Amino acid sequence: MTVSTTHVPATDLGFLLHKHPGRVQEFQQSFGTATVFYPEASEQRCTAALLLDVDALRLARARGKDSPDFSLGQYVNDRSYAASSLLGVAMADVFRTARAGRCAARPELADTRIPLEIGIPVLPCRGGAEVAHRVFGPLGWTVSAEPIPLDEQFPGWGDSRYVGLTITGTMRLADALSQLYVLLPVLDESKHYWQGPDEVDKLLRSGEGWLAEHPDRNLITRRYLGRRGGLTRVALARLAETDDVSADTLEPADNEEARQPEDRRVPLNVQRHEAVAAALANLGARTVVDLGCGSGQLLDRLVKTPGFTKVAGCDVSARSLQHAARRLRLDRLSERQAGRVEVFQSALTYEDDRLKGFDAAVLMEVIEHVDPPRLGALERVVFGTAHPGSVVVTTPNREYNALYEGLHGMRHSDHRFEWDRAQFTAWADRVAAAYGYAVTMHGIGEEDDTRGTPTQMAVFTSEGDSSSE
Amino acid sequence: MNDTRTLTVPATGLIVLVGVSGSGKSTFARDHFKPTEVVSSDFCRGLVSDDENDQSATSDAFDVLHYIVGTRLRRGLLTVVDATNVQQMARAELVKLARSHDALVDAIILDVPESVAAARNAARPDRDFGRHVIARQHRDLKRSAGRLRKEGFRRVHHLRGADDVAAAEIVRERPWNDRRDLRGPFDIIGDVHGCASELRALLTRLGWDVDGDSAAHPGGRQAVFVGDLVDRGPDTPGVLRLVMNMVASGAALCVSGNHEAKLIRALKGSKVTVSHGLAESLDQLGAEPEEFRAATLAFMDGLISHYVLDDGNLVVAHAGLKEAYHGRTSGRVRAFALYGDTTGETDEWGLPVRYPWAREYRGRAAVVYGHTPVPEAEWVNNTICLDTGAVFGGKLTALRYPERELVSVPAEREWYAPARPLVPAEAEREPSALRIDDVAGTRWLETARAGRVKIDEENAAAALEVMSRFAVDPRWLLYLGPTMSPASASSRDGFLEHPEQAFEDYAGWGVTRVVCEEKHMGSRATAVLAKDPAAAERVFGVSDGTSGTVYTRTGRPFFGPADVAVLVDRLRRAAAPLFESLDTDWLALDCELLPWSAKAGELIKSQYASVGAAARRSLPAAASLLEKASARGLDVAALAERTRQRKANSGAFRDAYAAYCRPDSGLDTITLAPFQVLAAEGRALALTETHDWHLKQLAALDADVITPTRHRFVDLSSARERQEAADWWLALTASGGEGMVVKPADLAGPKAQPALKVRGREYLRIIYGADYTESLGVLRDRRLGKKRQLARREHGLGLEALAAFTGGQPLWKVHQLVFAVLALESEPVDPRL
Repeated sequence: MTVSTTHVPATDLGFLLHKHPGRVQEFQQSFGTATVFYPEASEQRCTAALLLDVDALRLARARGKDSPDFSLGQYVNDRSYAASSLLGVAMADVFRTARAGRCAARPELADTRIPLEIGIPVLPCRGGAEVAHRVFGPLGWTVSAEPIPLDEQFPGWGDSRYVGLTITGTMRLADALSQLYVLLPVLDESKHYWQGPDEVDKLLRSGEGWLAEHPDRNLITRRYLGRRGGLTRVALARLAETDDVSADTLEPADNEEARQPEDRRVPLNVQRHEAVAAALANLGARTVVDLGCGSGQLLDRLVKTPGFTKVAGCDVSARSLQHAARRLRLDRLSERQAGRVEVFQSALTYEDDRLKGFDAAVLMEVIEHVDPPRLGALERVVFGTAHPGSVVVTTPNREYNALYEGLHGMRHSDHRFEWDRAQFTAWADRVAAAYGYAVTMHGIGEEDDTRGTPTQMAVFTSEGDSSSE
Repeated sequence: MNDTRTLTVPATGLIVLVGVSGSGKSTFARDHFKPTEVVSSDFCRGLVSDDENDQSATSDAFDVLHYIVGTRLRRGLLTVVDATNVQQMARAELVKLARSHDALVDAIILDVPESVAAARNAARPDRDFGRHVIARQHRDLKRSAGRLRKEGFRRVHHLRGADDVAAAEIVRERPWNDRRDLRGPFDIIGDVHGCASELRALLTRLGWDVDGDSAAHPGGRQAVFVGDLVDRGPDTPGVLRLVMNMVASGAALCVSGNHEAKLIRALKGSKVTVSHGLAESLDQLGAEPEEFRAATLAFMDGLISHYVLDDGNLVVAHAGLKEAYHGRTSGRVRAFALYGDTTGETDEWGLPVRYPWAREYRGRAAVVYGHTPVPEAEWVNNTICLDTGAVFGGKLTALRYPERELVSVPAEREWYAPARPLVPAEAEREPSALRIDDVAGTRWLETARAGRVKIDEENAAAALEVMSRFAVDPRWLLYLGPTMSPASASSRDGFLEHPEQAFEDYAGWGVTRVVCEEKHMGSRATAVLAKDPAAAERVFGVSDGTSGTVYTRTGRPFFGPADVAVLVDRLRRAAAPLFESLDTDWLALDCELLPWSAKAGELIKSQYASVGAAARRSLPAAASLLEKASARGLDVAALAERTRQRKANSGAFRDAYAAYCRPDSGLDTITLAPFQVLAAEGRALALTETHDWHLKQLAALDADVITPTRHRFVDLSSARERQEAADWWLALTASGGEGMVVKPADLAGPKAQPALKVRGREYLRIIYGADYTESLGVLRDRRLGKKRQLARREHGLGLEALAAFTGGQPLWKVHQLVFAVLALESEPVDPRL
């Protein structure tokens, strides 16, 4: 990272940074060495360079066993080459006094806006150059962000996630440094391995005076506070590695129809929950199990609905279940409430006695996440072995996709198929006949004359026994 | 009076001691049983109250006692209850408990004079209750002693007086059904139903010498009849005569069928409905002499309901038997064995509806049974029904055990019209029904190569997630490739790994000859290929028209269904010589799928190429800043030098990953490099054949889709061969190769790692980071223990899965082992190894 100024005399930058332009200074960090030197230092222009020499080995070792991702990424990563949260940490340490806006030698200069140019040759910038503009622009910087290609020999691979960044503006140095401290990790958005409970305080302190008014403060806050994981994530990351795929591809497919435009997705989610809840009420179900409950949005609604004596949810993702448990506050329920609610891990291609004996089961936006050759197993497990009194199934209606602007392919990257109405009906009829159910078909969401509704729903009721009282 | 008094007690049942306080129960128990076999009420009282004499804790104490006793009985352990048990209520609870676990229960009464008990109690300071308590207990005992037998005890051993107690000797008697000492080989024969002629034909076919009404096998095989010898058929007396002689001579065992049970009642004069072919038996037996009838009655009356054979690996019962009932004795065990798991309902033909217990069967023992006629005998979860309806014009079937070979003879004619058509019970046949309890939770698995392997619950949870979301149909998954440890770190200058270290490792494990195989840089793949869809259905039970698959180390299909089908087809054609030479309908191959970018493209871009891009932009920028600083006269020489070096390393890093990428990764550029034939029909070849054999077999494959695996053998005692192999490795890696894999050339003991990898110097940059060559000193200290333990276990589990699959074990068992490999893969271990 370089910080340049054309303030005259430019060499005053040395006073502001508390680093003498004629010296080369090294500062030991937990992850390597930070070196400050001045490649140029004249009256007209002075540039301080902060060079970070990251010891990847030491970095990896410092994380130890509890690291949220025990993966190769710890050893082969861009930390040694790119400006990341590590640079932010080093900067905060090396330029601590400057960031605080203190300068004994030139106190008035520390409070003065001076022409600054900050250069970062390789800045990880998720979302591309556009995000860099969005984040720095409103703070008064002129932004130049040049995309860096992945590999010249493989032009088909396109650009990397890095940009070469130069921002220029007239600014108090202390403000510039504080902004960088927050915004470097925000743009990087990689996992913050050592995130502690005090991160929120740090964000509030460093963001004082500029974050609150920033039009993208939500994005900044969300990205800064980063992501966290538990033990099961470690295990999953290992399995991803075994397969040479990135751990992200194993993320639970929680977010329904993530590729849909947000303004249409959210209301549709609400409508779907309402439709399923109404169907359950209509069936007179007293006990219900949500198969593939994800983070428990529907469960939460069902638990609050009077009339259900038992509300259960299962999902294959241990992490989704943790979220569901948190959402339902399972650890704080009274004994009586706890007897009504239950979540557990289960995979719908394995028979499971715990799924037996419910008045109704819900398969909401689940079947399309199952590979077609494995659907038969799910049918047998749910409709055959568990055999609830009724089953409510929802799935996207592929015909409707044409009405989503900008949607190419399927609505979620994990969808294995999306059916049109005829396909869903044919499936429902076959399953109903095979397992002794009657089935009715419904639509959920705004109806289009020719393409139907965005979501389709099938309600199966067992023909053997009427709903148990 | 005898010096000793022998008490015969059930070896796996419950023994209830009965006696007043001070009658010497604890001493008796201590003298005759292991401490862990005895559960005393005093001890349990102490457990729940810290005071063995706190009578207010008695109720809770008995809860604990019943729990312990119940758990032990469930696990089949002899258990002795040391409590007074003088009251009928107390004993009734224990009898009920034993029944609920289908265990036999005996009572031993320690009947000592009241004065003796009182004197003993007086000598013990902690027993301060009064004499009246003993007197009351004594009265209770006297009152109940006579009717104890009626309370459900199998035997009541009444020891009268202290001398009798002192003279007692315990003999543990195994249940009659426990014939684990008999190890066969057996010929197990399905329902005969009076088809004497077919029985003789079948025995002859099985190699028995049938001579009149007796039969013996020259090879010493033993016949086991699954019951239902009688009724419906033309010659029930003839069948009985032959089988009775065989049983009497020790050439056969026979369990009772439901038809024998009913015939006995009829012969004894009970009122029974004469139906389902009983009339034929009664008529035929009526024509026989009285003494023969008496003999048949005695024979059938003496038949027990099931046998546990061959060290517990085989159970024979007429209508099958669930695992909890194996070796147990009770009315309901007998009912299950004779009639099956009936629900009490009847079907449209008036026959009892049976619960498909075999579908849920998860026991270790193979269960062989009859009772329900089916067109073909088929294994379902390690159980098989041999009733192929001989009397209904089907065939009479025998199972050779342990060969697991089916032999049958057709019926001469339809002797009796079936009540309903012979159809396979669809639900029982369902072979792909896996249960969540087959895989979830903590589990211990036995393997021949790696001993007992523990799978932790959280690893199983992660595996469940990946398996259920991404893996192919479990019926294809007969193997998952294990992880592989690198050789110990080399101390050679500039190298972290070097062949010499692998040779040293193997020499240390007593291996004398190894094979070095080129390590292809691609993605590990298992290819399962069936000759055609029909073979796929027969062998794997997959009936969707597909005939093979290629999957990753976590069981994912490599490509979409259409592409997989194309690849499978190409591979099958390429492997035609193997299908032929191995005379098999299917094959499983362990391979590397090339190029790496075909599968790992996204990862290469997001991880390796990204790092490369960042390095190649930032290091020159840093170098130029340092140059300017140097020009200003600042001393940055050391940093500049280091930056120059890192710049060079980052170039080498980029070249390393780029070597494994082919720009256009269409299906046509995909090749497979097979290096082991995992299995074929009936043979787990990975387990039985040397790498020499495997590589020779695979050398026969010559097609565009196959990339050959270069290899060489090394005699570890030859320094020259070792040097040559090291040079070969250097040349391989210098031209961009990943490295090599070293394996024992011959079948090695379990101590030796199944394989060690030796990766090239440049390749390791993409594992350890571009600059790893600058920190070799630190990196050499790598702990291989856990990695090697995992490699050994996963390898052992994989081989076990292959053996289970080729040995005809049920799907759940194969799946459990394969699933365990995936679970172990989720263990945290240094990912650079």
